[in-house]
Amino acid sequence: MAFQIPQITYSGVIKEVTLGKGSKAVTIGGENSYPYHLFEGGMDHPPRIAIEVYDIPPEDWPETALEPFRDVVHDPVAWARKCVETYGAELIALQLVSTDPNGLNRSAEEAVETVKKVATSIEVPLIVWGSANAEKDGDVLRKVAEACDGMNLIIGPVVEGNYKQIGAGAIAYRHTVIASSPIDINLAKQLNILLGNLGIPDSQIIVDPTTGGLGYGIEYTYSVMERDRMAALSQQDERLQFPIICNMAREVWKTKEAKASAEEAPALGDPKKRGILMEAVTAVTLLLAGADILVMRHPEAIKLVRDVISDLMAK
Amino acid sequence: MGLTGIQIFKLLPKTNCKECGVPTCLAFAMNLAAGKVELTLCPYVSEEAKAMLSEASAPPIRPLSIGSGENVVKIGGETVLFRHEKTFVNKPGFAILVSDAMSEAEIEDRLKRFNELRYERVGLTLRPEMIAIKNESGDPGKFEALVKKVKSETDAALILMSEKIEALTAGVKVSSDRIPLIYAATDGNLEAIANLARESGCPLAVRADHLEVLSGLTEKLMAAGLKDLVLDSGSRTLRRAFEDQIFIRRAALTQKNRFLGFPTITFPCEMTKDPMKEALIAATFVAKYAGIIVLSDFRGESLFPLLVERLNIYTDPQRPMVMEEGIYPIGNPGEDSPVLVTVNFSLTYFIVSGEIESSRIPSWLLVMDTEGLSVLTAWAAGKFVGDAIGTFIKKSGIADRVKHRQVIIPGAVAVVSGDLEEELGPEWKIKVGPREAAHIPAYLKTGN
Repeated sequence: MAFQIPQITYSGVIKEVTLGKGSKAVTIGGENSYPYHLFEGGMDHPPRIAIEVYDIPPEDWPETALEPFRDVVHDPVAWARKCVETYGAELIALQLVSTDPNGLNRSAEEAVETVKKVATSIEVPLIVWGSANAEKDGDVLRKVAEACDGMNLIIGPVVEGNYKQIGAGAIAYRHTVIASSPIDINLAKQLNILLGNLGIPDSQIIVDPTTGGLGYGIEYTYSVMERDRMAALSQQDERLQFPIICNMAREVWKTKEAKASAEEAPALGDPKKRGILMEAVTAVTLLLAGADILVMRHPEAIKLVRDVISDLMAK
Repeated sequence: MGLTGIQIFKLLPKTNCKECGVPTCLAFAMNLAAGKVELTLCPYVSEEAKAMLSEASAPPIRPLSIGSGENVVKIGGETVLFRHEKTFVNKPGFAILVSDAMSEAEIEDRLKRFNELRYERVGLTLRPEMIAIKNESGDPGKFEALVKKVKSETDAALILMSEKIEALTAGVKVSSDRIPLIYAATDGNLEAIANLARESGCPLAVRADHLEVLSGLTEKLMAAGLKDLVLDSGSRTLRRAFEDQIFIRRAALTQKNRFLGFPTITFPCEMTKDPMKEALIAATFVAKYAGIIVLSDFRGESLFPLLVERLNIYTDPQRPMVMEEGIYPIGNPGEDSPVLVTVNFSLTYFIVSGEIESSRIPSWLLVMDTEGLSVLTAWAAGKFVGDAIGTFIKKSGIADRVKHRQVIIPGAVAVVSGDLEEELGPEWKIKVGPREAAHIPAYLKTGN
């Protein structure tokens, strides 16, 4: 029996979205096949890794994750610059942890100051991730959008409860929004429709499917992403043809397995390598499901994952 | 291949004899088509029909077993390309490489790691199953001795790897009751190795550098009467090996290519020298279709993430993972420690117990059987509501473990407080916890 490569034909394509401004702007999307199925399609824009920066010194990071950033955790600007200059970040993801109403509950005005400082000190695109409190984010991110007029930030998570506020800001001040839904393909589609109806151009929307960490629900994210890509590429579901972002680092590093010391968990091996590999294995799993942007933390995990991306796409 | 019930019906005797246990041949045909019954239940089916039907009903990817006793590795038998389409069924076996050119101490260490690296999770033991024994010395006697040793000191399912048929024969001789996988048939040794596999009844791996050549070899082996084959596409770069996994799975499922309808074996150990990168290559094959993954070594830091990934990817998406109902003590709680109640969806349990743990406040976590539904879903379905939770708390026996009578419920179901109070009676105080698990540490620390 002669062997023929079993190819499939796709009917859809993921929309291209350009993030940021100027020479360091990054374009993602554009895939017309399943992830890394390059024998039957293309990925003109390889997936990218955003390195995360907290707006306040993180309290719950294990030593392994903290160590590369210990000298900069008190200063988001220095932190972001270190990510770019030392670790080659192509995007920065600024996590507005301090705005969480269940935490420090800092004001939108304070957040705007931090975002402006970080945004103007780097050339690479800036993702601004709120506290995931819909009401607070509606206030904070709308003001961030206004204050950073025309910088094409990537702001989110935008949810059904605040999409009008944040979406209006994104339209008026030309930013990209992160449409976030709780691991459900129908809700994802619904929100994308609402954003379209509001008037946000497709070239300014990316999708956050909600990310579960390794051992903590990654299989749900994995399958919702695969379904999403299947609908987008094979079933011409136009409202699902958006690039996907996975805000994954915090899901990995908050688990007890990523935090445990060698004494607490001898069977889990070297704690530093373990944390790095838990992050990198999570990343690879999400890439195979269709991630376009990964928000990552540890420089060594990032290096490993970049290497895997280039191997998967090698000629 | 999936014949429809009607197609199958045409091949049956149509006598409605009822001896198969259903009233009509049509009903039996429908059950066959649905995979609910075996054709052997029909005593009158013709030989011709039997041949046609068994061919049609053979699984597109041959399921097979390696190993014996408690630790049998089942691979193959997959029916879908994407886990959400149904489920993946037989998780890939992880193998550690042991060579007869390694020092004794090195071999001892590896066997020790194989035996000791075990992890408890969701009531399951996560563990590696396989040892690949490689004849690098070229000496059949050395190989045989190592196979014997590995067999007697572990319960591993074995992969016997040699270029030499004499070595493989010696290895199989001392381990055939363990049902090892013989690695590997190639263009150069086909006849001899086919005989070895047939005589020993052991599964056989087949290696070639192109899928076209590979399927030519399996065709010959199948003609020689072998059924339990495992495919090695020979690719050792990530992109090619990844593509081969997809080609083989698709060829079997969508092209009905019987010559590629077998599970695969992959070798991250031969694809990089960096153990960290090797783990990521293995992670790729966990998600995309490997039947066996051979690693250069097992270390907790890389094996654990891979075992968890495998558990996650091979979880049946149609059935949520659940925890057993009961009292879960976290951090050695005492009679004054707080009591929290939640549902038995395993993910909820992991997140809630993880947050309680990170608060470092010893607590009792009551996990109630909600059939694997999450808090809000269980509440909406009427399973996690006041009277049900109250009944559960009473029969859980927590009242014997603590002096106080306070229970913390998830903030998302604050509305059940009233009913719960009624069910438990006035001595109990219901406290409403945070809506988000992430806020549990703060809640517990402030003395709530």
